[in-house]
Amino acid sequence: MNLNLKKESLRKVNETLQSIDRKSNKKIFKISNPDGNHAICAGLKDEIEVTIDGHTGYYCAGMNMNANIIVNGNVGTGVAENMMSGTVHVKGNASQSAGATAHGGTLIIDGDTSSRCGISMKGIDIIVKGSVGHMSAFMAQSGNLVICGDAGDALGDSIYEANIFIKGKVKSLGADCEEKKMNKKDQNTLRSLLKKASINESEIKNFKMYGSARKLYNFNIDNVSEY
Amino acid sequence: MCGIVGIYLKNKKYNSQLGKFLTGMMNNMATRGPDSAGFAIYSSEKKKKYKYSVCSNTDQVKEISKKLSKQVKDIKVKSISDHLIIETAMKPKKFIEILKNHDELSLVGYGSCIEIFKQVGNPKDVVKNFSLEKFSGSHAIGHTRMATESAITTDGSHPYSTGEDECLVHNGSLSNHNNLRRSLLKKGIEIKSMNDTEVAAGYISNGLSDKKSLKETLLDGLKDLDGFYTFISGTKNGMAIVRDEIACKPAVVAETKDYVAIASEFQAMAHLPNVNSAKIFEPEPGKVYSWGK
Repeated sequence: MNLNLKKESLRKVNETLQSIDRKSNKKIFKISNPDGNHAICAGLKDEIEVTIDGHTGYYCAGMNMNANIIVNGNVGTGVAENMMSGTVHVKGNASQSAGATAHGGTLIIDGDTSSRCGISMKGIDIIVKGSVGHMSAFMAQSGNLVICGDAGDALGDSIYEANIFIKGKVKSLGADCEEKKMNKKDQNTLRSLLKKASINESEIKNFKMYGSARKLYNFNIDNVSEY
Repeated sequence: MCGIVGIYLKNKKYNSQLGKFLTGMMNNMATRGPDSAGFAIYSSEKKKKYKYSVCSNTDQVKEISKKLSKQVKDIKVKSISDHLIIETAMKPKKFIEILKNHDELSLVGYGSCIEIFKQVGNPKDVVKNFSLEKFSGSHAIGHTRMATESAITTDGSHPYSTGEDECLVHNGSLSNHNNLRRSLLKKGIEIKSMNDTEVAAGYISNGLSDKKSLKETLLDGLKDLDGFYTFISGTKNGMAIVRDEIACKPAVVAETKDYVAIASEFQAMAHLPNVNSAKIFEPEPGKVYSWGK
């Protein structure tokens, strides 16, 4: 089914996609002329496939559940923010705060993202084939951020229990973020993530892993006088 | 919030459509700034002539023209909405002194190729009032304002121009503008409003008058201007963009072989020719990008 945003209103298009008749066989949708509009495909909750042909604005595929959304273009701030499950695949670049606060699902970005990718992520898997901007994985709580390119300043600042896998250079680490040794389990996690994004598994050996030094958010008996 | 836009035409074949392109960009950014709007248009330079963009608070254009022509020889006055474009060979120093005696007129900008228009109201209405669609030129910069730092007045609207053929639009706010204003006033830079952006425009004018390039001046600004901002600055030769090092104010650039467009959001340029095949990127924090002759 084709949905043309030049002919139909954004609200109508989103309503159509948000109220899928589960008995119907219509599961594949295409959106044309997104023209940078905001909140395209926000709040989808059914197992459908939507392809967006062009560039989108803010909060594309926000709060996604179950749907598989493909963007043939760039996305603005907060793509897949607060996603619960499903897959979002961006073929171009993403702006700030990609995958912000998302609880689950997979976000694949073929290009680069700007700052704060995976900010406060809570369980999502994010795979960026290019580089990420500054303060990525800021206060990340859970989930995995895979970066095939480089990272900007203050990577993983105030990170909790999320993992960062990176192949390129890290400009600087944020507070309480440190390099970790990858064990078998971590390697298997990374392998399955690379597989999801169709990246050659032999690349695993080129990745480093970063995580929390657990000095910032854990109670330390030596600091008892500070409380 | 505020919306900022800029377009620089590399291919002259689009010069006659500059106003049309900018109209679409401003209209699409109306949601980011519904309080007031303004724009600066750069067209070809007239040798030994100056254009003074003036906001007037009276309808009696004919009388003003008459009064002015008594004081200034060979004067041409064009009236568009509540603005006048006054063309004369008289040099800025002298002419600005004359303007100061006319309480009904306030200068918004001047130079050999710049024209500036700004007005309170929804951007969609403002661009219509000034018939922006009909303008042609080589590059243009626009602003839609959601007021934060000073009142909703024409004075508080962007673009700000504090030097010949210069202009600045700003998305963000500055926190050290009071101190900077004092030091710039001492240096002889004229700043009329209490607005933070006008101080930044004054800062750039001061840098340029010290024979620094626009790029150098904007780089110095990263150290001296405290606050958050995305600036688009125009001169008669072109335009530049810079974002502060935290970069929380958005910007996106689309470049094709024919033009460079900058906007707060991509939707502002979705109507430009062949934009979907343009090179689209977000300016990196703390880096100056410039285009021009």
